[in-house]
Formats: sequence, structure tokens, C-alpha cells
Amino acid sequence: MTESPTHRAIEAVWRIESARIIAGLARYVRDVGLAEELAQEALVKALEKWPETGIPDNPGAWLMASAKNGAIDLWRRSKMLDRKHDELGYELESRRESAVPDLDAALDDDVGDDLLSLIFTSCHPVLSTEARVALTLRLLGGLTTAEIARAFLSPEATVAQRIVRAKRTLAEANVPFEVPRAEERTERLASVLEVLYIIFNEGYSATAGDDWMRPALCEDALRMGRILAGLVPKEAEVHGLVALMEIQASRSAARTGPGGKPILLLEQNRAKWDRLLIHRGLAALQRARDLGGAFGPYALQAAIASCHAVARIPEETDWGRIAALYDALAQAAPSPIVELNRAVALSMAFGPAAGLEAVDALIEEGALPEYHLVPSVRGDFLAKLGRWAEARAEFSKAAALAKNARERELLQERAEACANALLWWVPRREPPA
Amino acid sequence: MRFMMLIYPDKTAEQGTMPDETLIHAMMKYNEDLTKAGVLLALDGLHPSKKGARIRFGGGGKGAVIDGPFAESKEIIGGYWMIQVKSREEAIEWAKRVPTPPGAGEGMIELRQVFEASDFGPEIAEKESALMMEIGKGVAKNAKA
Repeated sequence: MTESPTHRAIEAVWRIESARIIAGLARYVRDVGLAEELAQEALVKALEKWPETGIPDNPGAWLMASAKNGAIDLWRRSKMLDRKHDELGYELESRRESAVPDLDAALDDDVGDDLLSLIFTSCHPVLSTEARVALTLRLLGGLTTAEIARAFLSPEATVAQRIVRAKRTLAEANVPFEVPRAEERTERLASVLEVLYIIFNEGYSATAGDDWMRPALCEDALRMGRILAGLVPKEAEVHGLVALMEIQASRSAARTGPGGKPILLLEQNRAKWDRLLIHRGLAALQRARDLGGAFGPYALQAAIASCHAVARIPEETDWGRIAALYDALAQAAPSPIVELNRAVALSMAFGPAAGLEAVDALIEEGALPEYHLVPSVRGDFLAKLGRWAEARAEFSKAAALAKNARERELLQERAEACANALLWWVPRREPPA
Repeated sequence: MRFMMLIYPDKTAEQGTMPDETLIHAMMKYNEDLTKAGVLLALDGLHPSKKGARIRFGGGGKGAVIDGPFAESKEIIGGYWMIQVKSREEAIEWAKRVPTPPGAGEGMIELRQVFEASDFGPEIAEKESALMMEIGKGVAKNAKA
């Protein structure tokens, strides 16, 4: 697709303004789907007009005014003008007269609340997780359906349909366009944070050779997280999530080596960690703590990540503190994965035997039977204890369970290394008679 | 992608004159907008160049120190923003929104893209490591010879 410079400039304006415009419109029309269509129509008009007239001084206000006019026209044409619509139409009409400055103010004034309503609506529990993710990226991230499809390696038609259905579901369920009240706010906010973290992780799991739209999801999630933190600055867990994402993102340049081979945290070249993002992450974590949110699940994960971020060399890592943080996390958000990580931290802090004890307790509970990292971690402890034969068996088992080809390769290498170690160790342990 | 927006204000900033209150408010509002949009990574304002120095390399003079002010320079950086955006056009759009003092004709914003890991894609990393291996071999050969 060949695009003119003006087209690309309009796209940039859209990226900056679209969420605010959709949010502002949704407040009037009380329908997120309709608001988005109206905003899209305004964009189409801009794409027709601006190449000739040039981009106006305040493009956001222009788009908003154009979209609102579209809404008024829609009501005029509609034959089923009920009273409610009449009132809305009148309100819009009276605002149109005063034109740009007023709209400008409208964009600035309540846009915070409108944006927040838009975020909560896009992440409403009535929608499936996939639908929440797609709708959030589309309405808040300003991504096109094609971009979302590329990022999630899905056919465009699938994503398009997912978005259409999501809008319909919201309309049918009569989901109000508002910031949820106190009693449901915590739960609803958790849903928003979950959606953002899913988007981030989708980008983070991208591997070399993937379309660049995939890793870009990390930036999208971070951007939306920062926006959210600005809208609800008193919510500690929002800062916790932002901190977690900033610190994780700080490692992206160090995570893969030549050939896209993953590099484990302790083997990463720390000079490649992004100090700016670490700094931002630590500051966000501090904000979460200042708000009394040190023990929120995201803040705890961020705190664990920060222990690595502040260690200049792996040997400086405060594993005792990490183990304690995993302990707290296991209470705040119990999960076998957390227990597994806790076992690793324990082994680093107090030796492989302590880790082995913890992971064996996990296996006894029957947790994560198919998860390759359980035998992988157990093999690691056994190897450190010099129990090579058992370690080798665990690594082989892990390799068989691993779904990712590169990880499988890494585990097989470790199994072979144990076999080699066996060759060296056996004669020493059992000297020939 | 990341861009650095470097601001080259008009001469009054170099003379140490504080900008008027309207401009300060406009600037604060602008910085707030960048933050609210989730694009701002870092920003700093710089003291006039009389508090700085230049260290020139090459030309025989090994790290010659020239104290500020840099009277001979027409354009002097007054501060910077680091932003994370989707495209060069988006960076331009943000740069166009930087508030300007009334009547100032000489100010300027310079946009420079910041190198990131993704600019050195996996292919380049591979090439680099292959190159290093070659160099290593060469060194080994020379050592033997």
C-alpha cells in the first residue's frame, strides 16, 4: 500500500486522538459501537478533505466536531425519534453553534472520565477475554482490525467478527457507559489490568522472525497502562502493573541471542537492560507502595522483577528477599507456578536441597503434571546436588514435554551435559577395584 | 519507536531570562498531555550554556575544553523529551504541539530517532556474532604465525 505523507500524518493524528474522540462520543450516544462508527466516518472525511485543505490546527477538535455532526444527521434521518433522542439531539445541536473552542474544552474537560468509562466498557466481564483484548486494542490502542489480526496471528475476518460481536454483546446486555461504582470497581479494575497484561505478554512471547506487530504489543500495553495510571492515580495495583511491565520490557534487548535462542535471566548481558525503563519501573513500584499497595499481586511481581533489575551482577541478587516476596505472592494469588518460582528462589537463597524439597511438595500435590518446567527445575536442583543420573532423566522428561522447539533443544543439551558429567563422575565415585 | 525531541529555544533562554508565566503554564500542560497519552518516557530542561563546556576531539587537540557560553553557536539545545510512539509521523504531530512563545521566530524542535534493540534485528546480531568469530579466527591465526 502506497500512502501519501498526508495520509500517514492523518493516521498519526488518529493514533493520538481516536480514543478520546470515541470516548467523548460514547458519552453522548451511549453506545460504544455507534461512537466508534461515527468516529470512523469522521476519519474517512478527514482522509478525503485534509489532503487538499491541509491538516487543521486542532485536528482532534475537527474530528470530534465532524463526528458529532454525523451523530446529529443520523438522528435527523431516523424516523423513530423518541424523546430521549430528541433531548440528545437538542443538546448536540446547541453545542454545535459555539463550534470549535467549546468542543476543544469538552475534549479536555471530562475526557478523563470518558476515557475511563471506555476502558471499563471495553474490558467488561460480559465479554470473552479474546473480545476484551481485541476491543481494547481497537478502541483504546487505536489499532486497526488488520493490525490486531497480524499481532495475534489470526485471520482478519476472525478479528473483525470478534469486534462486531463484542459491540453487539455490549449493546444487548445494555452495559452502561460509565465508571463502575465502588462495590464492583475492584473486580472491574482487575479485569482491565488482566486484559492489559495479556496484551503485554502476547507481545513479550513473540519470537525472532515474528511480524513486528507482535512485539509492538508490549508498547501498546505499556502505553495504555501509563494512560490508565494517569486516569486513576490512586489505584496502587495499576502502578504495580505498570512497574511490572516497565521492568520486564527493560530486558527485551537481552532476552534473545543469535538465532533467536532465548537467554535465561541470569545469563543475560545486563548492559543491554534498558536503564530508562528500569528507572520508570522502580518509580512506579514506589508509587504503588506509597499508596499502601505493596502486597498486591502485580506490585509483588514487580518487586520480584525489581530485585533482579537492581542487581548489577547476578551474584548480587537478593534471593532471600525474592523467596520472601514469592511467599507473599503465593498468599495473595495462590498458584502452582508461583510455588515453582518460589522453589527456585529458595534454592538460590538456601541451596538446592531447599528448592528440591519445595518442588517435591508441589509434585506430591499433583500440580502441573504436564508442565515441562517442573522436571526442568527439579533436574536443575538434582544437577546442583551432583545427582547426575536423576537430573538427566528429569531434563529428558522436560524436553519431551516442552512445546517450544528452542526450549526443547536447550533441555536436551542439558540432559546431554548431565550424561557427560556422569562419565566424569562415575569413575571417581566407583574407583576400579 | 523512540524519538528524542530536542528543543532549540530562541536567544532569550540562553540569556537566562525566565519565560513568561503563560508559556510556563502551556509547557506544563503540554508535558501533562504527553504523560496522559502514555508516550512520555523522560524529559529534562538544560541550564544556559554558560554553565556548560564543550570538549573537542581530534585536530591534534586531545579533548580540548572550551568553557561556555557557546557564543559562536547559533543554535543551542535547551532541553529534550524522550517519547515512545508508533511512527515518525506521530512524533512530528507531537512536536508540532510544543507550545511556542509569542513572537519567537527562531525556535526549533529537532526530532531524532533513538536506536533500539529492534534496530539491530536478529539478522544483524547474527552477522555481528559471525563477524566476531571471523575476527577471533584471524586473531588466532596471527597468534600462531
